Amino acid sequence: MSLMGNLFGRSPIRPMQEHMHAAVACAKQVLPLFEEMVAGDTAAVAVRRQQIDRLEHEADRIKNEIRSHLPKRMFLAVERRDMLEILDNQDSIADVAQDIAELADIRGMVVPEPLAESFLDLVRRVVTACEQAERVIDELENLVETGFRGREVARVDQMIDELCRIESETDDLEERVQRQLFAIEDELGIAAMFWYRLVDDVGEMADYAERVGNRLRLLTAS
Amino acid sequence: MCYPARQAAVDHDADGQVRGGYTLDASLLGIPGILWLAGGLAVYMAWAIGANDVANAMGTSVGSGALTIRRAVVVAAVCEFSGALFVGGHVTDTVRKGMLDMQLVQASPDLLLYGMLGALASAGTLLAIATAYGLPISTTHSIVGAIIGFGSVALGVDAVNWGKVAQIVASWLTSPLLGGVISFMVFNLVRYLILDRDDPMAAAKRTGPYFFFFVTFTIGLVTLFKGLKNLTLDFDLPQALALSLAIGVVGALVGRIFLSRVKSAAAGGEARYVGVERVFVVLQIMTACAVAFAHGSNDVANSIGPLAAVTAVVREADLTKKAPVELWMLGLGGIGIVFGLATWGYRVMETVGKKITELTPSRGFSAELAAALTIVLASRFGIPVSTTHILVGSVLGVGLARGIGALDLRVVGRILISWVATLPIAATLSVFFFYFFKGLLS
Repeated sequence: MSLMGNLFGRSPIRPMQEHMHAAVACAKQVLPLFEEMVAGDTAAVAVRRQQIDRLEHEADRIKNEIRSHLPKRMFLAVERRDMLEILDNQDSIADVAQDIAELADIRGMVVPEPLAESFLDLVRRVVTACEQAERVIDELENLVETGFRGREVARVDQMIDELCRIESETDDLEERVQRQLFAIEDELGIAAMFWYRLVDDVGEMADYAERVGNRLRLLTAS
Repeated sequence: MCYPARQAAVDHDADGQVRGGYTLDASLLGIPGILWLAGGLAVYMAWAIGANDVANAMGTSVGSGALTIRRAVVVAAVCEFSGALFVGGHVTDTVRKGMLDMQLVQASPDLLLYGMLGALASAGTLLAIATAYGLPISTTHSIVGAIIGFGSVALGVDAVNWGKVAQIVASWLTSPLLGGVISFMVFNLVRYLILDRDDPMAAAKRTGPYFFFFVTFTIGLVTLFKGLKNLTLDFDLPQALALSLAIGVVGALVGRIFLSRVKSAAAGGEARYVGVERVFVVLQIMTACAVAFAHGSNDVANSIGPLAAVTAVVREADLTKKAPVELWMLGLGGIGIVFGLATWGYRVMETVGKKITELTPSRGFSAELAAALTIVLASRFGIPVSTTHILVGSVLGVGLARGIGALDLRVVGRILISWVATLPIAATLSVFFFYFFKGLLS
């Protein structure tokens, strides 16, 4: 008698969006983190790191829940493999944010004065890219509602185009920071190595955000 | 009314063979006791049908908050009862005499009587057990299995009209498929006409009355065209068409009134599709009614078919002849179903309604529209189909159109298993009950 009720599995769409919100919340914390690193406030950086850790754990929890509720027997509006791949990319945003905070905290890194402005520019743009990816994922619900066809797909496609544009801007900003970094490499000594890594990591968050969008585009194109 | 009660003795038929008569010759209000027994079992079976299946039709509307449970029960009762009364006769005929070779049965009508009582008892028991364990079984499959069971044991394998049985079983494959194909198309139509528009909500309000027209017109035509023999109303095609058109127009107007009451959504990106779904809530109530009507028309036969057979035996009627199904039987079945949904269906609806929220009104509408059409067509052609399985087929159709977030394929597998398992279990049980009633009554 509960047959009709049991036929419907829990749709993973809402949890996917929740996970993205948690992951992007991590990414957003990276901006105040860098502001504190510019100010040289290592105590604040340590507190910030804890906060990012907490958000990352939340994202992990949601991720595991989604995975355990996506058994193979579920027939999904979005193919299971694609869904899991998008989820992995979303999760990487949170992971990288955590790596950045960890490195900054452990090494007590203080952003060198000449790098401060372009570093903050880069982080701001990267966060914008993540937020754009979040908006794209928020459209998933509407995509399912319209059955992945027509105007809604075109709308999401445009949003993804915008995401790609933002991401390529972050590439330029990344290169600017790297050049400035190269100019003061000798002064920094061994620390330079970790600054390069930090720049890479920040840029990587935007890469993962773009991958979320591109993965979704493949879905709507099919 | 007075029914000739058969004497409890040993009769000799034309061939001079001895056959036993039944001994239950007590009567009440001029109606023989055997009919009271058969009627009671039929109502019990109808009660189980109502309790089990009503949530299929109304669960979605309750889940979406479109109807309160109390209202859903009232609406379902009206629709189920009219479906049973107006279209139920065709399928009843098939269940009564379509599956057994009546030429052979004519020689030993008492065996048919015990068998049909046994079929009611076994299908009812099976349903009760399945309901207690929450297992999905089809009422139609259990009664068909029961008739095959006692038929091949009591009357011989040759007495079963295997051609007809094969046709019925084949329809159990084709009808969910048909439901799925139709719902796939309906959902794509909904997507094209409504969801993929600049202002989907306005599009839904504009298109809604046409859907109302289509559904009421189709059901009207299926019901009216040579369908109302029970009421001694026999319309030819032009008459039926004209009347159905009128019914369709009334349906569209009523739909328009209800649709115009839906408040427009506030403009804004987030709520783009919230407003459309509110319009579909209204459309979905309409299709839920259609499913309830269709369910009544098809499933009432599962309880009334055997009762009709028993009645024919008691009156010593010529079993091979076509006899119209009488209104009092359909009424009795309708009352049983309504009683079932009012007592137990209430609770089932509450549980299912809570679980079924993943099915948004636009999806529910597409699936129910397809299911109602498939079932009502099958009923009209006298084919006993499983309403539950057709509804599941229709839901899968919407799922294949990528309209539903997640469907549990394991449940679909369980349905297939129950599909196969119900027949032999019902058949075995009915053989047991056949001997029980034979021992009790002869």
